[in-house]
Amino acid sequence: MSVPLTLLGLLEREPSHGYDLKRDYDRYFGRGKPLPYGQVYATLARLARDGKALAGPAEPGDGPDRKRYAITPAGVAEVGAWLAEPAEPEPHLQTVLFAKVMLALMLGRPAGRYLDAQRAAHLRRMRKLTEVKRAGPLVDTLLADYGLFHLEADLRWIDTTSARLSELAEMVRAS
Amino acid sequence: MSEIQPVTPEPLIEARAITKSFGRTPALRGASVSVGAGEILAVMGPSGSGKSTLLHCLAGIFPPDDGEIVFGGQRLDQLSEASRTELRRTVFGFVFQFGQLVPELTAADNVALPLLLNRVRRRAAYQEAFGWLDRLGLEGKDGRRTGELSGGEAQRVAVARALAIKPRVLFADEPTGSLDSLTGERVMDLLVGLAREEGTTVVLVTHDARVAAYAEREVVVRDGKVATLEPSGTDGGLR
Repeated sequence: MSVPLTLLGLLEREPSHGYDLKRDYDRYFGRGKPLPYGQVYATLARLARDGKALAGPAEPGDGPDRKRYAITPAGVAEVGAWLAEPAEPEPHLQTVLFAKVMLALMLGRPAGRYLDAQRAAHLRRMRKLTEVKRAGPLVDTLLADYGLFHLEADLRWIDTTSARLSELAEMVRAS
Repeated sequence: MSEIQPVTPEPLIEARAITKSFGRTPALRGASVSVGAGEILAVMGPSGSGKSTLLHCLAGIFPPDDGEIVFGGQRLDQLSEASRTELRRTVFGFVFQFGQLVPELTAADNVALPLLLNRVRRRAAYQEAFGWLDRLGLEGKDGRRTGELSGGEAQRVAVARALAIKPRVLFADEPTGSLDSLTGERVMDLLVGLAREEGTTVVLVTHDARVAAYAEREVVVRDGKVATLEPSGTDGGLR
């Protein structure tokens, strides 16, 4: 999962301090692996250097960095493009898809449309693997089967998540 | 003769904003979809979404309450019941999950039956049936009652029966739903391979993504409407 894009997505909600971003990242995306503070601030500095975020003036108080960061129009465009672009269909995509769905819901973007685009990308890949199976030797068939079963598992998650989007959106709004 | 003339404008078959309810329960709420000549289209969707009802409307089994079904440039929904029945016998083929074969009849009898109903002479009908059973890998099974065949063999007989009349459109509703994974693949390999050889248009209803992957394109039915899965960067919303 892309930490810079996820932090940028969190910044799109509202200007935030590094501390707030880390707290929300750990809550929604950390899954037991908290993001080190050093990585948060280093990432924010890179985003500011690349023109995707703006650092406000240092604010009085304790802690290593009391700057409030805001996303720039270039950052918003980058988040939008990342959410809309289906990930390369391959096994074990769950964390990327999960992050995209959650961020899309937080930002009021069309999560259902992103899931549909991902679904189409998965089915295109499955069609290619099916053609490999139909034309190739048994060894190719076994390898294609491996990919097909894993992509099918992703698709089931996509379908189930699509069915739960309204419920998820309410949960995200309420939290 | 059917009222439908054998012209092939694009698309071959099309549903335009059709609605269909059963009693007070709406099954389709303005569904639109088009299928090109020779195309293999998968219709997917969750249980109860209306995908089977859409297939039945496209095939002229159910008349829609509203909207249009256009086949070969003509309004199928405006045909009489008798004309639609003739169309289904002569121009459309069907493969369902189960139930379309007569278990007391042999495999050859089942495949020859629609040909005989279409007034093909008995000898020619059976020759055709034997040929199709061979193409589906059922050599030597022609004299077996279909009730005695395995699920996969019976489903291959069903495919042979559907294709024997050389339909312009083959409608398949969960054709592998009662089969195990490997047997289902064998059936799909044969169904898709033969449909491509014959240039037959296929409308394939399935909830199984691995079955849908045999198709060239897929649409998803949700809440009685058709959502098209478009490539990235285009609008994939409900139509």
